[in-house]
Amino acid sequence: MRDARLLVRLLADPACAGEVKDWTSLTAVARSESLIGSLAWRLQGLKLPPRVEALFEAARRDGEAARTQALWEAEMARRALAPLNVPIILLKGTAYAAAGLEAGRGRSIGDLDILVPRSALPDVERALLAAGWEWVKEDPYDDRYYRRWMHELPPLIHRERDRMIDVHHSILPLTARPNPDMESMVEARLPLANGLFTLSPPDMIVHSAAHLFADGDLAGGLRNLWDIDRLFREFEAADSGFRAELWTRAERHGLLPAVARAIRLAHHIYKTPIRCQAPKLKSLNSQGTGEGDGSGFRISAADRLFVRRLLARDGWGRQRRPFTRLGFYVRSHLLRMPPLMLARHLWVKARKTKR
Amino acid sequence: MAASVYAADPPGEVRDVEMEGLTLLYHRPSGLTHFLAPPAPQILAALAAGPASAAEIAGRMGELFEIDSEDPAAATAARLAELEAAGLVWRT
Amino acid sequence: MRHVLRLQVGPVSFRIGSHWRRPVAQLRRLYSGYPEPEGVCDFTVRLEAERPWRRWIRPSVAIRGDYVLPDAAPLPLAQGLLAAEMGMNLQMALGQKRFVLLHAASVERDGRALLMTGDSGAGKSTLGALLGERGWRFMGDEFALLDLEDGRLHPFPRAISLKNESLALFDAVDPGRLGPLLTGTPKGSIRHLRPNVEAVERMKEPARPVMILFPRFGPDLDPVVRDVGAAEAFMRLTQASTNYVALGERGFDALTRFAGALPSRAIDYADTAQAEELVETLWRSA
Repeated sequence: MRDARLLVRLLADPACAGEVKDWTSLTAVARSESLIGSLAWRLQGLKLPPRVEALFEAARRDGEAARTQALWEAEMARRALAPLNVPIILLKGTAYAAAGLEAGRGRSIGDLDILVPRSALPDVERALLAAGWEWVKEDPYDDRYYRRWMHELPPLIHRERDRMIDVHHSILPLTARPNPDMESMVEARLPLANGLFTLSPPDMIVHSAAHLFADGDLAGGLRNLWDIDRLFREFEAADSGFRAELWTRAERHGLLPAVARAIRLAHHIYKTPIRCQAPKLKSLNSQGTGEGDGSGFRISAADRLFVRRLLARDGWGRQRRPFTRLGFYVRSHLLRMPPLMLARHLWVKARKTKR
Repeated sequence: MAASVYAADPPGEVRDVEMEGLTLLYHRPSGLTHFLAPPAPQILAALAAGPASAAEIAGRMGELFEIDSEDPAAATAARLAELEAAGLVWRT
Repeated sequence: MRHVLRLQVGPVSFRIGSHWRRPVAQLRRLYSGYPEPEGVCDFTVRLEAERPWRRWIRPSVAIRGDYVLPDAAPLPLAQGLLAAEMGMNLQMALGQKRFVLLHAASVERDGRALLMTGDSGAGKSTLGALLGERGWRFMGDEFALLDLEDGRLHPFPRAISLKNESLALFDAVDPGRLGPLLTGTPKGSIRHLRPNVEAVERMKEPARPVMILFPRFGPDLDPVVRDVGAAEAFMRLTQASTNYVALGERGFDALTRFAGALPSRAIDYADTAQAEELVETLWRSA
């Protein structure tokens, strides 16, 4: 297996499971991209070889256990922060699971990510520390950098349960160029039954797209795009005005290019149904001469580079194409920090590691 | 200042097994397993009738069980704090 | 990956790939007689060079695969066989979800199984291997697999890792069952021993456990047998399991039934002859 193409095809269209010859390689690719749980759910009910079925059944159960643990962390955070009377907004996998969304099914969930208003940060920090969470790292430089420029508190871990929590006050670092309207995101939140919140559906996708491009070197990108594909389909099916609202919100947060690219990539990889009526999207469609793919949607040369990077996993679960990989790492840091700051940050980081 | 009112998950949300006087408890909402010694399981049993303050819980326990303590309310409050940290009990 | 081995051990199968020929060749020899997996392999292990030039210059083996420990230190190529074994252990410890995984040795006689668990260095591994040479069927020395539905133990007869001091106990075995001597490993000098023919031939046969044993080895210890309460046994078993929490309620049910229904005993011993005697005595009463 040379790349992740078969995996994404199978996720988009589970019925072609009969074509799979090498389940071992497929499993290795899925695991390396944290998609084994999602794949297991997509394949449920299909006729598979018995040992393959047993493997995916175990993966489904594991996904359920992960879901239970993730929702429990959210509940314990809720209990610790309830007296503060500030809105606590769940993000990413925990939010999808809590809201019963398709994107949450089988999703591997790591840390708990929550979003709070920036003004509430000191109180939130105090309450969490009092309820058994403690700092992970104890480095003054990292701490100062974090508090001043990052969009989240330094990482906290619960001393008994050994699970991490990331407390965000924005979806992008303060030094990054797009500046999302965080007040508006908090205001547009949707309530869950237990008093916690999630972002509004359009903001969920905006956040996911921002995370995909700005918050890393596209690591975990296939899973991130799978989230976007599932979210988009579910929200569109429930509300025909969703697409228009998505572009509006994306524009408001200064993230229309990121969202547009994310949707194009999701369409290319997972066949997310996009019709070309969205005027804004069309105008951002290609920055070069891409080929058409029949839907009226054109994929640009830059998009192709992203797709190559995203699919670069071989049948052993290894990341291929190291040069493309480096390019993305530097680019993502550039997005987060202006060049001078980046130089200083990297220099201090390098100096400290030398010790 | 009004006394705190405590609540616990309904009995259907836990599975318990008695072993040598200890209660092994599987808590479904969290997926965690706890080892409880008296009076912790008795406190949870007392809360099955609905949320209550520490004093009320001590009272309920007195009706259901034999309590061997000089200051049941204080002992109850201490155990409640432990149960709260473990996530088995919360303040409403 | 150029060099590949597929290996079936009890109900679990591995696909092992390597940048170098030697570790795979050694693995193949160590596990000769083991069946090839049919169909999908449960886990993939990769022995790879961290940087491309480390394949040839001061070659060192990074242990990777479906499940990885991010900060794991690589091993020198001479210990490639050990890296493969550690890689398989890692997949089990982090990825095994079909059985309750217990850090324990197990042996079987007359259709009944004995589980031996304890801290590393407590001696369960060597004891399990020895009993396997003394008329017991060896089921495993590192991991025991407890069935979530019916409470039986499944064999997982991987090669036994023997430290230098323990090797003398096995000088009667066919030398063809021994792997190469590996020196300078994190655990000193070790050699691997392939389980005997019976263990390999019957690797698909689970057995009903009837006793849990907590052995403790110490050169200054007096031979002692103690009862262990069910609650203590349960607690120690959860500590001996890496996947207990992930298994949720089914894990709780399986382990409470296991600890609640079976007698648990602890033995202290200063040499293996004593241990064997204690085990035989206990077994008669089981």
